[in-house]
Amino acid sequence: MRQWWNSGSPWIWLNGGAVAISMIMVFGLLALILARGFGTFWPHAVLETRYSAPGTEPTRVIGELRRSETLTAQVMRDAGVVIPQDQTLVIRHLIKTGNRDLTGRDFVYFLDDFLEEWRYPENVTVLERREWGDFYGEPLRLLEHDRVIAQGADLWPEFMARVKRSNRIFEEIRAIERGAIGDINFAMERVRLDRRRAELRNSLTPDQQQALDARRAELDAQYAVQKQRLDSLYADVRRDAIVMRAASDQEVTIRLADIVKAWQPNNMSIPAKVAQYAGNFFDFIFGYPREANTEGGIFPAIFGTVTMVLVMSIMVAPFGVLAAIYLREYARQGPLLRAIRISVYNLAGVPSIVFGVFGLGFFVYFVGGGIDRMFYPEALPAPTFGTPGLFWASLTLALLTLPVVIVSTEEGLARIPSTIRQGSLALGATKGETLWKVVVPLATPAMMTGLILAIARAAGEVAPLMLVGVVKLAPTLPIDGNFPFVHLERKIMHLGFHIYDVGFQSPNAEAAEALVYATALILVLLIVLLNLSAITIRNRLRERYRSESD
Amino acid sequence: MSAVAPDPTTPPTSWLPDREAREKLRKRRGVRDAVSRYGVGSSGIGVIIALGLIFVYLFYETLPLLAPVGVDVQGGYPLPGGDDAAETLHLTLDRYQQIGARFTGSGRIVFFDAETGGVRSELQVPLGDAERITAFGRSESRRSLFVYGLSDGSVLPLKVNYRQTFVAGVRQIEPALSYPLGEQPIRIGPESATADGYTALAVVEGRGGYVVSGGTESGALAMALFSTRTNMMTGEAVVTRQDFRLPSIQRPVRQVLVNESLRNLFAIDDRGQLFSFDIVDRNNPQLIEQVDLLGTGVRVTAAEFLVGYRSMIVGGSDGSVSQWFLVRDEATGRQEMTRIRNFRSHDAAVTYIEPEYSRKGFLTGDDSGTVAVHYATSSVTLKTLSVSDGPVERLAIAPTNARALVKPANSDRLEVLALDNPHPQTSLSGLWGKVWYEGRGEPAYVWQSSSADDAFEAKLSLVPLSIGTLKAAFFAMLLATPLAVMGAIYTAYFMSAPMRKIVKPSIELMEALPTVILGFLAGIWLAPYVENNLPILISGAVLIPSSILLAGFAFSRLPGQIRNRIPPGWEAAMLVPVVVLAGWLVVTTSPWIEVTFFDGSMRQWLTDVGIPYDQRNALIVGMAMGFAVIPTIFSIAEDAVFNVPKHLTQGSLALGATPWQTVMGVVLLTASPGIFSAIMIGFGRAVGETMIVLMASGNSPIVNFSIFEGMRTLAANIAVELPETAVGSTHFRVLFLSALVLLFFTFVLNTAAEMVRQRLRQRYASL
Repeated sequence: MRQWWNSGSPWIWLNGGAVAISMIMVFGLLALILARGFGTFWPHAVLETRYSAPGTEPTRVIGELRRSETLTAQVMRDAGVVIPQDQTLVIRHLIKTGNRDLTGRDFVYFLDDFLEEWRYPENVTVLERREWGDFYGEPLRLLEHDRVIAQGADLWPEFMARVKRSNRIFEEIRAIERGAIGDINFAMERVRLDRRRAELRNSLTPDQQQALDARRAELDAQYAVQKQRLDSLYADVRRDAIVMRAASDQEVTIRLADIVKAWQPNNMSIPAKVAQYAGNFFDFIFGYPREANTEGGIFPAIFGTVTMVLVMSIMVAPFGVLAAIYLREYARQGPLLRAIRISVYNLAGVPSIVFGVFGLGFFVYFVGGGIDRMFYPEALPAPTFGTPGLFWASLTLALLTLPVVIVSTEEGLARIPSTIRQGSLALGATKGETLWKVVVPLATPAMMTGLILAIARAAGEVAPLMLVGVVKLAPTLPIDGNFPFVHLERKIMHLGFHIYDVGFQSPNAEAAEALVYATALILVLLIVLLNLSAITIRNRLRERYRSESD
Repeated sequence: MSAVAPDPTTPPTSWLPDREAREKLRKRRGVRDAVSRYGVGSSGIGVIIALGLIFVYLFYETLPLLAPVGVDVQGGYPLPGGDDAAETLHLTLDRYQQIGARFTGSGRIVFFDAETGGVRSELQVPLGDAERITAFGRSESRRSLFVYGLSDGSVLPLKVNYRQTFVAGVRQIEPALSYPLGEQPIRIGPESATADGYTALAVVEGRGGYVVSGGTESGALAMALFSTRTNMMTGEAVVTRQDFRLPSIQRPVRQVLVNESLRNLFAIDDRGQLFSFDIVDRNNPQLIEQVDLLGTGVRVTAAEFLVGYRSMIVGGSDGSVSQWFLVRDEATGRQEMTRIRNFRSHDAAVTYIEPEYSRKGFLTGDDSGTVAVHYATSSVTLKTLSVSDGPVERLAIAPTNARALVKPANSDRLEVLALDNPHPQTSLSGLWGKVWYEGRGEPAYVWQSSSADDAFEAKLSLVPLSIGTLKAAFFAMLLATPLAVMGAIYTAYFMSAPMRKIVKPSIELMEALPTVILGFLAGIWLAPYVENNLPILISGAVLIPSSILLAGFAFSRLPGQIRNRIPPGWEAAMLVPVVVLAGWLVVTTSPWIEVTFFDGSMRQWLTDVGIPYDQRNALIVGMAMGFAVIPTIFSIAEDAVFNVPKHLTQGSLALGATPWQTVMGVVLLTASPGIFSAIMIGFGRAVGETMIVLMASGNSPIVNFSIFEGMRTLAANIAVELPETAVGSTHFRVLFLSALVLLFFTFVLNTAAEMVRQRLRQRYASL
């Protein structure tokens, strides 16, 4: 024992343990996110049981088990729960009971000791609603214009068909609201701005005025047409309703217009569940958020993140590469350049929030304010570019990721064997020709690596974005069918900020949790994917030059 | 090389382009080369300048905080309405600093152009049958509420309103008077006491109505609360009056002050004694203390509340200026008037004090014609300026704090001062020292920037934020340093190559994980989990290392046949199941440990012991941020260890040292600068991390180092407050300052680390 101790082996084992712990942390964290994120979309079984805590009426409970935990009885007693004196440990279950409109809360803790046996009745139905979260209960009757048209065995197929119909109408309504009416509003705003601009320049001629008035009248007419279509669709979608029995035996009538989806998880086969899962996942990725972002999809956030990262790439790639080429190829090497190089590298270690502060102060208020005064006086006092938005967010992140691209490109340029360069020069090529025709093409993979790393960093960065252009709910996407198609001044949604906002600012934390895990999963997948591709490219590159320089 | 074969059908001409074309081509290539050179050069330099701009701009935004206060005499003009020989009772400026108003002793109010002194209008206050005005009192400047005391013992409160209209887009301001208690002078207190009129008056608009109070030459005090109720049907205002019975102070009253909360009334007599009354019980006001404000023989020549009615500025006949407010005595539980701080003394008696409208600043004027600008919170006298030869009679400051009027006593002129004083609060002591804020028992470091209204005293101490930043970084490093450095040593020196190929990228991948995800997991999953299972902290710290050692020992006892089958350098892989098992054990035994040792609830036990516990605390932040920092430290330290020249370690091993002795004696010694720089860079990252702290720390700016309490860091504070603050305000600039502090700190740290590494690289090359 002593000999083993003196040999220093224990230290080696401890050092090995540090690696083991780090690895467990990394993979444990990834596993946690994967499990919770992917688990969100599975149609879990719904249990039914009775809960009879001492001193209260027994109640029927219907819901999904979210998690179970073991606590000491004392903790529960301190929290004011009555626990028998002889008990030391308590198991409690967090059950999603839904029906927030009836009970006021949709997640409830139940102590295991007071729960009766759990049953999984087949006719328990989950309704995903547009408001008030999910509903759990048993379907009783299907109504059309308050007239019963189906109950019993033929209720379910009829109900599903009608849910499909109401969803189709709802899609149509949304298409009109977002598409046609959105376009009309955009055009109306443009008319207003045209008029205002002409007024400011004192160049509003009667002709112009008439043209603007005519345009406005035309838009009003268009709007009236769309409005009429909407009204009839709304009337149509309100036709059907279903009567449900909640856990409390209360009968509730729910309009089909309010139902997004319905399923009977205890009555589903595995393939059906998988199909449901795929549908849920699809809706999450391509759907719009509902209920203060705590339900629905995250499409605008994904779209915003991708757009922002793309705009950023367009800016950071050329400038980063040019700066790196300058530093490596053209600048006179000396102590000053070394100092500059160290400074640029070190900017990668400067807190991202500092870039956000700079972006807000310099880009948004200083540059943006100036642009507004010069080019958009007609919109003032409402700012156009003098407020956080897509362009400033991208520009700030471009600045933030410049060092990443520069470092990576410089590394790539340095790796190119000098023999290649000398060969080109010896054949009479100018320095520029050598650079652009020989060196840069060889270093392209390094630049790609740098750009991908920059994108990965930008996609995960949140702190500066909170200052320069990301909002919790953007009314419009930054790219649409209205000229000039890419709206750089618009505010965007962002996956990382979505996690922060929904996880920490939403009133219904429990309900939001599942969605946050799923969002985190998407973000992690995106970033891991980007990083893995960067690593792969880098490794290939190394292999290639190793063989060439040998 | 294949030679060009001559074509038999064409004459043998040169395949080269002709001279002219070559010349052209050469020129074009030259131009292209130059374009490339200068294009790349200018964009490269442009990028570097853009990055440098960050420093310049942040500095530019914080610079105004340091700018000295400017006070200049801008000019002057004859006293508006100077034909009225009566004295000037009061001067004000409106909120666009365009219109000045002079209240004369004959009851006229002269409104004049503040630029030129030209009279714009005059209004006469209806004084009734009274012969003259004996006293004048005012409310806070921002309320624009005044009271006249008349020689027949009646009083008349009035308000000055500035009506704003836009005529063809140009702002027109029209002053008007209104009488909240009617145009007829009214009486307060018993009639007998006030035969000669009041010597001092005060008026406030408090909860429940207007309060007018006054004191007389004989020491009698009177106070009445007037509540107005507007009749819904007729629109007629009904005023009800309620008198307070106040004891006499038996000395001539020189000053009466009532605060807006209607809790305290202060009367100051001719010897500088302050009488403090508790007036909460309207029927039975009580004298609670008598304070000799400035010592014997020194009279109080001016006293005024700062905005918010919490602190009182007292000017003495000896020229002293001091700030006082009520401080609760912990022992007796009584509120005592306490001298908080002194400002630079005047050379002559203080004659007038003019508080600012929306901040805790004020102007003082003295008997020798000197005006001084002070700021209470930062405890500074910003500027003194001699304005006239004679005593300063009245002062007025505009609500914008950019213009002031001075009326010297012995001249018929008004002097106009231009002030440039946007950030008086940010002195070095105001940002970094302990400050005694209004209403607090003692000086403290406080960050509390948000304000509901102007009377709020912004508390901008950077100490709690800096302490919070260091605290978060410290606990993160406490977890990350041992794990990362030990892991790096093992990975670089002991680990087998195939395993290293998996481990290194995995840990580097960890660096790419967005911190928002770590913060979210820490705040939503880890924090409640740890709170419910506190014993895992203890059992985990004991059980996991010991299980590792035990596994190592057990392995060494295994028969050689089995042991030799596993190549060296796979210890870490073998330990993974061991650690997982130990972790599982730690988690499942947690409730039992709690029941056995901590009466069933460790959280309660901690509270009983006297350790406050927040759910989101430094421990959680440390764990999450440690996670974020581990890869940074790991990857740099691993590089440093891995690049230690092999001949050094081989030499050590050849001399008979064990692998561990080689690590301690040779590898660590050589690589220590690299490891040190890795730790520095990790620390820099922990200092600037925003999202984890924002989500896992609770964000309360407290000053302590308790691991079970939260904190607010500089970075998180910026993220929380910058979007809300007004552009260009002191708060805005202080946030920029904290960003600049962060930038400098991390930049210096990283540069130092980078230089250490470069040195190390050179040393390795020379070894």
